[in-house]
Amino acid sequence: MARPTETQLRDILVDMVEARAQGGRLWNLQRQGQVGTVAPVDGHEAVVAATAHALDPLHDWIFPQYREPLALQRFGPEVLEQYMLYNVGHPDGSRLPPSVRVAPIAISLATQIPHAVGLAWGMTLQNEPGVVTVFFGDGSSSEGDFHEAANLAGVLRAPAILLCVNNQWAISTPLHQQTAAKTLADRATGYGIPGVRIDGNDAAEVYDAVDQARQRALHGDGPTLIEAVVYRLGAHTTADDPTRYIPAEELEAAQRDDPITRLATHLASKGLWDDELRTTTEAEALARIDKAFERAITQPLAPDAVFDHCFTSDTPRMARQRNALLEATTATGAAESGVSQ
Amino acid sequence: MTETSELTMLQSINEALHGEMARDERVVLLGEDIGHVGGVFRATEGLFEKFGETRVVDTPLAEGAIVGSAVGLAMAGLVPVAEIQFLGFSYQAMHQLAGQVARLRYRSQGRFEPAITIRAPFGGGVRTPELHSDSLEGQLANIPGLKVVAPATAADAKGLLAASIRDPDPVIFLEPLRGYRGIRGDVPDGDHVVPLGSARLARTGDDLVIVAWSYQVELACKVADALTAEGLSIAVLDLRSLVPLDLEAISAVVDRCGRAVVVEEAAQTGGFAGEVVATIVEECFWSLEAPVVRVSGFDVPYPVGMLEDTYVPDEKRIAAAVRQTLASA
Repeated sequence: MARPTETQLRDILVDMVEARAQGGRLWNLQRQGQVGTVAPVDGHEAVVAATAHALDPLHDWIFPQYREPLALQRFGPEVLEQYMLYNVGHPDGSRLPPSVRVAPIAISLATQIPHAVGLAWGMTLQNEPGVVTVFFGDGSSSEGDFHEAANLAGVLRAPAILLCVNNQWAISTPLHQQTAAKTLADRATGYGIPGVRIDGNDAAEVYDAVDQARQRALHGDGPTLIEAVVYRLGAHTTADDPTRYIPAEELEAAQRDDPITRLATHLASKGLWDDELRTTTEAEALARIDKAFERAITQPLAPDAVFDHCFTSDTPRMARQRNALLEATTATGAAESGVSQ
Repeated sequence: MTETSELTMLQSINEALHGEMARDERVVLLGEDIGHVGGVFRATEGLFEKFGETRVVDTPLAEGAIVGSAVGLAMAGLVPVAEIQFLGFSYQAMHQLAGQVARLRYRSQGRFEPAITIRAPFGGGVRTPELHSDSLEGQLANIPGLKVVAPATAADAKGLLAASIRDPDPVIFLEPLRGYRGIRGDVPDGDHVVPLGSARLARTGDDLVIVAWSYQVELACKVADALTAEGLSIAVLDLRSLVPLDLEAISAVVDRCGRAVVVEEAAQTGGFAGEVVATIVEECFWSLEAPVVRVSGFDVPYPVGMLEDTYVPDEKRIAAAVRQTLASA
């Protein structure tokens, strides 16, 4: 057992509160038409932040799905900066510096799981210490990629943590329509790997489970499937209206078990948290996301950036397309500025 | 003078894999039945014994995981060479191939380098069960970020596979089933690399050019040779790779000949021959003396054994298309 210290729990709570506050700001930016579709992290803060704190950012990798970035501050301030580039639609939005061991967001669900398992396998071949943690949801657990990757991870004893965040909903599809299995952790049996089911709203329990899975992986004992049970407290994304399918009373019950309230109450009882601290934390978080947003919308973009990094170098066909685009751009620019051709 | 040995295409591919694994210890092979048994066609024979079970890995039967885990292996700095047992089964990995492998570099704007090669036998003529003979190169060439390589000779199989494995971009390497033992030729010993994107003039000629790739080059050469005996001068252009496509080689030979026939084994609609014809029309319209003709499979699923010879383009159909094109005003 490796329960986090109270100081660690406070650090985790800071990350959770920051993620919630920044998520609110991001939601508003989307409503103002300033950023694209956003998937809120509300209700997932404990499982994401506590996982990040149980890992070693210098050696361990995280594969997010798409809801997690705001709660991954522990892996570096670049995560927020890059996430804002992503949200404004800049191509650099999925390029983190090599020092940040966070993979790009996975939009096509579950596709990131075999990548994570392959990386974990590759790290053992390269004799690199470290584990790979991959986030996915209850909906993704129905995808073939989850099954294929979990099975492969078991066979290879890959140092991977398969972290299924069961938030009860895949957009509008409830868990009982996703699977007839009693729990998602039960599926581990079929792959010959351990499966544990935890309360994802309990940051200490998440930290402990991830730490244990990490130790197993580092000792060469292979992967672990963790099912972290939470409740999605907001919409699936900014494009969703959950009032059409989530019963109000069920949501109210989930809100009473809000992971932030729970941890804040605990730490307040230890004298480590109060409203003032929350207010300053939120203000700092908002200042940071505002700065990251400003930076994102002023990030330069080359007129032919659409071709960059498709291949190491353009194919002959692409080279012609790039030249044609540049010529058209130059011509348009000249016409707009009143310069004759 | 480079020493050569006469090898089948299969032996040549095996030699390339031996060479690349010895040359670069980051090269890792993964796939179904590639280890102990040496591959269902024996393309990987001897590699498991020589390089061991950590570098030649028999995977579970899961194409999506083979291709998907190759992405992670590449992220770890390795150079995965995955085998899909038959190209038709790549449909079960297409979400990873098209949605992930081909986009990793672009998505990460160059942070991650998918130096991944995926080998797969394809094409018909050997009476296989369903989905063992399908030619999907047109579909694959329509995936941005993926290189598509299809050798036609034993020497090129070695040289292009070496180039594919060394290429920092993802490559799907298509090996003709009929060519594994049906194509043989002199193959340079030792290190032999043929750069991707450079077509090969398999036959020179001035009256008409047959553009083809993979096993169809073999057929096109036979047709060209037979018509040469009749006094005609037929060129054959072997594309070698569909992506990157050697635009200059296509326009040079079509400009010279003024007439062209394009051969492919896949279904015609949306196939790669259409792309070649479009290229010819764009690049060489004023040199053309006759409509460009395609010889393709039909717009039906790849058929069962008793219908196979009806479907797969053969020398007779290619020769008929050549005569038709030469007869056009």
